[in-house]
Amino acid sequence: MAKVFLPFQLKEITENKDFIEVKGKTLREVINNLDNMYPGLKDHLVEEGKIKSGLSAICGFAATRKGLLQELEEDTEVHFLPAISGG
Amino acid sequence: MTLKNYKQKKDFNVIGTNPIRHDGYDKVTGRAIYGADVKLPNLIWGEVVRSTIAHGKIKSIDVSKAEKMEGVFAVITHKDFEKNNKDNNVNLARDMQNILAKDKVLYKGHAIAAVSARDRNTAKEACNLIKVEYEELQPVSNVSEAIETNAPILIEDLVGDHLGKAVNKTNIAKQIRHQLGDTNEGFKHSDLIIEKEFDLEMVHQGYIEPHNATAHWDENDHLSLWSSTQGSFAVRDLTAGFVGLNESQVTTYPVEIGGGFGGKTKVYLPPLAALLSKKSGFRPVKMIMDRVSVFLASGPAPGGKVRVKLGVTKEGKFTAGIVDLKFEAGAFPGSSIAAGATCCLACYNIPNVQIDAFDVVVNKPKTAAYRAPGSPQVSFAVESVIDDICEKMDWDKIDFRLNNASKEGTRRADGVQFNKIGFIETLEAAKSSDHWKSPLMKNNQNKVYGRGIACGFWMNGGGKSTVDLMLHDDGNIALNEGSADIGGTRTSIAMQVAETLGVSAERIQPSIPNTDSIGFTGTTGGSRTTYATGLAGLEAADKLIIEMKKRAGIYWNIEETDIKFSEGNIYSTKDPELKLSIKELAAVIGETGGPISSTSSVNLPGGGNGFGIGISDIQIDTLTGKTDVVRYTAIQDVGKAIYPQYVESQIAGGAVQGIGWALNEEYYMNDMGIMTNSSFLDYRMPTSLDLPNIEVIIVEVPNPQHPYGVRGVGEVPIIPPLATLANAIKDAIGTRIYSTPMNPGKILEVLSSG
Repeated sequence: MAKVFLPFQLKEITENKDFIEVKGKTLREVINNLDNMYPGLKDHLVEEGKIKSGLSAICGFAATRKGLLQELEEDTEVHFLPAISGG
Repeated sequence: MTLKNYKQKKDFNVIGTNPIRHDGYDKVTGRAIYGADVKLPNLIWGEVVRSTIAHGKIKSIDVSKAEKMEGVFAVITHKDFEKNNKDNNVNLARDMQNILAKDKVLYKGHAIAAVSARDRNTAKEACNLIKVEYEELQPVSNVSEAIETNAPILIEDLVGDHLGKAVNKTNIAKQIRHQLGDTNEGFKHSDLIIEKEFDLEMVHQGYIEPHNATAHWDENDHLSLWSSTQGSFAVRDLTAGFVGLNESQVTTYPVEIGGGFGGKTKVYLPPLAALLSKKSGFRPVKMIMDRVSVFLASGPAPGGKVRVKLGVTKEGKFTAGIVDLKFEAGAFPGSSIAAGATCCLACYNIPNVQIDAFDVVVNKPKTAAYRAPGSPQVSFAVESVIDDICEKMDWDKIDFRLNNASKEGTRRADGVQFNKIGFIETLEAAKSSDHWKSPLMKNNQNKVYGRGIACGFWMNGGGKSTVDLMLHDDGNIALNEGSADIGGTRTSIAMQVAETLGVSAERIQPSIPNTDSIGFTGTTGGSRTTYATGLAGLEAADKLIIEMKKRAGIYWNIEETDIKFSEGNIYSTKDPELKLSIKELAAVIGETGGPISSTSSVNLPGGGNGFGIGISDIQIDTLTGKTDVVRYTAIQDVGKAIYPQYVESQIAGGAVQGIGWALNEEYYMNDMGIMTNSSFLDYRMPTSLDLPNIEVIIVEVPNPQHPYGVRGVGEVPIIPPLATLANAIKDAIGTRIYSTPMNPGKILEVLSSG
């Protein structure tokens, strides 16, 4: 089970839980399963088949570059955070 | 665990040495070609008409006289963008309004029109003939003014995103929040709570080379570009989007860069030069910003306000932390609030945290990245409060930080856990440094002395990079990389390839081709390039080795599985007579299947987290208020220093920029919202005469995500100086200054008040 941490503004949808445990071997599966648990949540995370612009998905320790294709191992933490660029 | 952890190499032949840099002779002799050096047949010049006011509606733009002037080829306004960009790319719409104002000007210097003419002076004269009529509006100069209830609204159609709620008629473009634990509960268990607010002024990166662009739109609707940039592909893609071309219709050619520091990740002139070229009968157009325009109209680092509240127990542990940061986005949304929010408390393990970050539009140029964007500002506030806590509780300033330092497994305020990091090792290096152990000079007459220490964090980037390798017949290796070289990356990537291939760095010949001749590579920024492009280089070298072994098998007529590669030699595991160096193999490969080349493209996660510390000794002249830095030591975990001299230079350079930010630099605005110090005479950056030698201590805690341990260098060193100097000034004069720059005027004010 992946542990999904949502941005503050989406926590209302998930009854303010710190994280949600979700089944899935890829980020796509996790988000689809999350949407089954909380209908409509996917629209806040995905846009045109990709992680929404301005959002970054941290899988484990760092932002994934594989998008929804990112494979997830058991107990991987997934954090959705505002995207960051550098100097 | 979704990150690839590499077996770390520990013994190096090339890594950690300081060979002659590949671009050294060209730079020293002046042969290197920069953007302003580009010359093309039939080249004409472009110039820009800029707003003379900080905030106003454009009532009319009369270009008729300019268009009729002899020697003028074309005049463009925002309407030309709309004509060319028929898809009206909404993602680029705001940026297009920054590049050429549409119906409002939002800062002095905002581009309104551009002219092409036979020479630069004619273009400038034509610009003077363009008449712009404004309805002047009250400027909004800082975040406090911008969030007032009745503040003038800069962008009428801006819909703010305030924690997910859409808000109209606002100057707050975005609010984000990170929350961990329960701060109320945490503060209840605190023995000391300190809460303070800090103000920061906008500052500029101060790169020596101004923005420039040469564009040639040809009859086949193909656009060729030359521009000083940190990212050729970003210039290609953004310019294509602005002018309505596909990416494949644009080629960006590499030129050297005379400094960027994040400020050359944005695009200002290339779309203007492109449209002018098209409208001028497909003549190539060159444009160079003057220094005043660089200050007024390119992207500085945001100023703003940062409020910090920290609680600790008497045992010396953090209990809770709240940070509220409001950054000036400039005229359009998009300041570095996300990075500021991530970085502000990342050095420490704090169980209960809330961070609110606000992106606020003001009548100043749209901000851009500046080395570790957002982190110096928040570090200034947080590390100052930590200093006050240590003083109040009489704690050793390094021991307290060690007692709370982030380490592997610590959860940052944004919730993400650290993998292997080297903050504790960096603190220990600071503690055992000669500087920290040396006594501070004693006050005498009108000179008082103080010592400060502060820390900083940057997460270091990953992303897309490509490297191609080609084995020459003489056994040397050509290396093409897609990254703009802003800090010595040609050499640092060549050295990683050399280490892998077991040859000297001199035998790798790096170059940066145009965007049609190398795979996509992201912008050089966020301290990503030595890590990501370096790893692409390593992978390309591994592929080259595989191919060389295959060719040796053909040459010797033995099984490939019986061939090994080590230290630049290919040899048979069964027949000791069969051994070839790369050079020897290169001479015979023609008969084994032709030239050998390899390519590798990567798209890497970040995570090479970097920590740095600054220690400063300062002297203040109590008669003039002038601060002199008499000793400064920068300590930083870089993972592995590929080219130690480069690493030291990067760290020293970042520290110098941070010192300037702390002591002198600011966008000094008048009541009309206009910057009044837009030249290097009045915008006071430190020079070598102002500073001592910056001492650098390199800490190497390898990044497990890179086989040589690379983390990144360039961002971190600019973070600690602001708070380091704030803490040193407090130590010297006994009173804290809560705003940057901490200039002589403010110090005299403090001293005179008692």
